[in-house]
Amino acid sequence: MTVFILRRVLQAILVLAITSLVVFLGVYAIGDPLEILLPADASMAERAQVTASLHLDDPLALQYWNFIVQALQGNFGRSFVFNRPALEVIFERLPATLELVTTSLILSLIIGIPLGFLAGTRPRTVTDETIMTGSILGFSLPNFWQGMMLIMIFSVWLGWLPSTGRGDTGTILGVRTSYATWDGFVHLLLPATNLALAQIALVIRLTRTGVQETMPLDFVKYARARGISERRILSVHVFKTILIPIVTVLGIEFGSLIAFAVVTETIFAWPGVGKLIIDSINMLDRPIVVAYILVIVSMFIVINLVVDVLYSLLDPRIRSRAS
Amino acid sequence: MSEHLLEVRGLRTWFETPKGTVKAVDGVDLTLNRGEILGLVGESGSGKSITGFSLLGLVDPPGKVVEGDIRFQGEDLRAASARRQRALRGNRIAMIFQDPMMTLNPVLRIGTQMIETVQAHEKVSKSEARRRARDALGMVGIPHPEERIDAYPHEFSGGMRQRVAIAIALLHKPDLIIADEPTTALDVTIQSQILSEVQSLTRDLGMGLIWISHDLGVVGQLANKVAVMYAGRIVERGAVDDVLDRPRHPYTRGLLDSLPMENDRGQPLRQIPGNAPPPLNRPEGCPFRPRCARASEACLAEPAETGTAARAWRCFHPLEQTGVFA
Repeated sequence: MTVFILRRVLQAILVLAITSLVVFLGVYAIGDPLEILLPADASMAERAQVTASLHLDDPLALQYWNFIVQALQGNFGRSFVFNRPALEVIFERLPATLELVTTSLILSLIIGIPLGFLAGTRPRTVTDETIMTGSILGFSLPNFWQGMMLIMIFSVWLGWLPSTGRGDTGTILGVRTSYATWDGFVHLLLPATNLALAQIALVIRLTRTGVQETMPLDFVKYARARGISERRILSVHVFKTILIPIVTVLGIEFGSLIAFAVVTETIFAWPGVGKLIIDSINMLDRPIVVAYILVIVSMFIVINLVVDVLYSLLDPRIRSRAS
Repeated sequence: MSEHLLEVRGLRTWFETPKGTVKAVDGVDLTLNRGEILGLVGESGSGKSITGFSLLGLVDPPGKVVEGDIRFQGEDLRAASARRQRALRGNRIAMIFQDPMMTLNPVLRIGTQMIETVQAHEKVSKSEARRRARDALGMVGIPHPEERIDAYPHEFSGGMRQRVAIAIALLHKPDLIIADEPTTALDVTIQSQILSEVQSLTRDLGMGLIWISHDLGVVGQLANKVAVMYAGRIVERGAVDDVLDRPRHPYTRGLLDSLPMENDRGQPLRQIPGNAPPPLNRPEGCPFRPRCARASEACLAEPAETGTAARAWRCFHPLEQTGVFA
C-alpha cells in the first residue's frame, strides 16, 4: 500500500510539471496582457514600467523558470488584476464552488439511486418509462436553459427562491458555509439543483443498468434460495455491487463539476472559481489561470486516489490483489 | 397413509418466448422420502435444473410452473403464499448450486452471508447466528472456522467454497436439499470427499436429497434412486442399482454406454448419435425417437409410463432385462 501511494505521488508530480508547462505556454500564446491591463492612451514609459514590474520582458524560458522556482515555494505569483497572490484569490473563491458541487453530488445520489432502483426493478413498466424519459430530459436539455427555467419558475413566477448570489454565510466548525444560515441555504438550492440535474440523470442510468445487470446474477438467485428477503437482497447484495461503478463515475464527475461549474455559476452569479476563471481568461490574468489549472489538476489527482482507496474498501478482491 | 417428504405430480414448467413455448419441464413425477438420495440425471437442457428451481418457486420469468402438484410434507407448495415459500426456502428446503464462485456474493464476507441466512428464518442475536455459522463450517470440515468465517468467497479454493455452500445449506437442518451439479466444477479427489460427506450427512440428519447431475457415475456412487430426464420428461426411474445394471430405456443405455470404462481402454467412446431435440421443435411422440435405433411407427405416439411405482420407463420398445456388462 505504501509503495502504491508513493508511486501515485511521483506520478502526480510528473503530471503537475507537464501541466504547468503546457498551461504556461498556452497562456503565453493567448495574447499580451498589457493590451488589456493598460488604458489605450498609456505612454511608452508607463508601458515599459508595467512590463518590467511584471517581468514580461524576460525570455519565455526564464519566465517559466522563475515561475517554477516561486511555485515550489508556494508562490504562484500575484494576480495582474487583483494585485493579490493568485492562490489567495483562488482559495477565497474555492469553498463556494466546493459547496455547490458537493451539494449537487449529494442531491444526485439521494434522488438518483432510489429512482434508479425503482426503474431497474420494474423494467418496461410505466414507472420505468417515466423515470427514464425524465432522465433523458436531464441529459439532453442544455444546462444553461435548465438554469434559466429554474429561475423563471421558482424565482420569477412563484417567487419562492432567490435567483442570484450566495446569500449570508455562517461558520460551522471553522468552515464558512451557506448551510449555517437559512438565507444561505435558500440561495444554494437553485444553483445546486441546476448543477445536479444532469448528475441525477446519470446516476439514475448507472443505477438502473447496474440493478438490471445484477438481478439475473446467480448470487441473487442463491440469496433467494436461502430465503433472504427481497428488501435485504436489494439494499445489501445489489446495492453494494452497483456502488463500484457509481463511485468511479462520480469520482470523475466531481472533478469535472468543479472545473466546469462555470455555466451554473455564471447564470446564478455564484461567487465561485468557475466565474473567476472565466473573468481571468478574459483579462489574460496569467497567474490566476495557471494557478487555477494546477489546483484543479491536483484535485483530480487527489480524487482519483480517493476513488482507488474506496474501490478497495468496496471490493475485497481488489484489496487482496493490492496487498 | 404414509406421507412422503416430497411428492411431485405432473409438473410442467414452460417458458413463453416470442418464438413459441419452451416446455422445459413437461410432466415430471418425483417421490422422495427422508434419508433417501434421488439422482436426477440428464443432458444439458433436459430440464433437470429447471425442475429443481420449480420445486423452490425460483423459476425466473418468462418461465412459469403452469401445471402440477408439488407436495412437501403434505403441504401444497404451489398454493403457498410468497411469504410462506420464502420462509421454507433456505430453512426447510435448501439448495446448493453448481458453482459457488458465482453464487456467493463476492463483496460480502462468508460470515455475513451465513449470518443473514440464519437471521432470515430465526430471531436470534448476531453473535448466536455467528456461532451457529462457525459450527456449520466446522461440521463440513473447514479448518479454522473461527478465522475463515471472516474471509471473502475468493479467498477459498473451489472445494472449500463448495463446503461453505453445503454448510450454508445445513444451517437450519433442512428436511430437503436440492443440489444442482454441486461437484461438477471440482476435481475428482475433492469430489469424492464431498460425496461421501454428503452421503453420511443425509443419513445422519435424516434429510432427503435431490442430486441433479449429468454424471451417471457420480449418481451411481451416491444415490439410492435415480430418475433419468430427457426433453423435459422422466424417461426412466427406479432404484439406482436396478436402473444402472438393467436399463430399460434406450436413452439410459446410451448414457451408460458413453461412460468411459476400464475395459475399453483405447477404444473411441461410444456416443448417442444426434443431439437433444431443440426445445422449440420437439419431435412428435417419443422425443428420443430420432436418435433411437429401436424406434418404429409406434413411437410416433407418445409413450406412457409403464412399470410400477418403484420402477418405470417410457418406451414402446424397452430393452430386455439383461445386464449391461453381461
